[in-house]
Amino acid sequence: MLTAKGYPNRLGVGGWLGGGRWGMERYLYTLHRLTGLGLIFYFLLHILVTSARAFGEAAWVASMGRVTGPLFTVGEYLVFLAFAFHAANGLRLAFIELGWGVGKPFEPVYPYKTSVDFQRPLAIVALLLAALLAAAGTLDFFVLHKGVTP
Amino acid sequence: MIRDAKLWTWHVLAGLVIFVFLGLHMLIMHLDDVVNIASLNPAGGHPIDWANVVARGKMIFFPVTYTVLLGAALFHGLYGLKNILFELNLGDGVKRATTVVLALLGLGLFVYGTWAAFASLALARSL
Repeated sequence: MLTAKGYPNRLGVGGWLGGGRWGMERYLYTLHRLTGLGLIFYFLLHILVTSARAFGEAAWVASMGRVTGPLFTVGEYLVFLAFAFHAANGLRLAFIELGWGVGKPFEPVYPYKTSVDFQRPLAIVALLLAALLAAAGTLDFFVLHKGVTP
Repeated sequence: MIRDAKLWTWHVLAGLVIFVFLGLHMLIMHLDDVVNIASLNPAGGHPIDWANVVARGKMIFFPVTYTVLLGAALFHGLYGLKNILFELNLGDGVKRATTVVLALLGLGLFVYGTWAAFASLALARSL
């Protein structure tokens, strides 16, 4: 019977972070992981904090009061930036998963090309989308921001 | 391997569901001054003001879409976390324990979050 031996991650966490000269997409992968980890830990806490609305106004106000202030505003803004990048880059990854925007298969004839050559425009569009979302978020958080009514 | 491929497909599909519903959530909660959707924050002020929470809480659309988003995001996030942890060359026993802990955490939070969404609907409609 055949058994999969797998490919041990010999470089550990350092292998995730360092992309060497593998190109922009390799760093997008690292950033996708980092933002994903940040978002999941925030989301687990967010479920607990926002569920307070089921217990009435006093519980909601108390719960929101515990996560209000300049430090939390900056933290929330970082979460928004993580969302902007993870969403735009995730959409790019879903497109690639479906075979969209990666070009058609072709015979490997010298001088060789890689599919990354065809994916680059998609990566640039994803980054532009993330930047647009980030700019809108920055405007909302720091320029047009309204305070919470006590 | 087939099971892994199916779970990966669900992971991608869940990501697309999150893109739609979390995008809407962000529009309402964090881009409300840029893209003003007054009907979803009818009391004016900040989206997390209690009056706005109650106004949105009365619409069945919110608990339903929150539940869909909750399930999709928990699966997408915890499955992604599991895949990252598994790259740390864990032993078989630790892998099994990690899977069980993450599955229980996800199920527990899904049940609690779904209860909270529908309890909020009942509370908002009673006010």
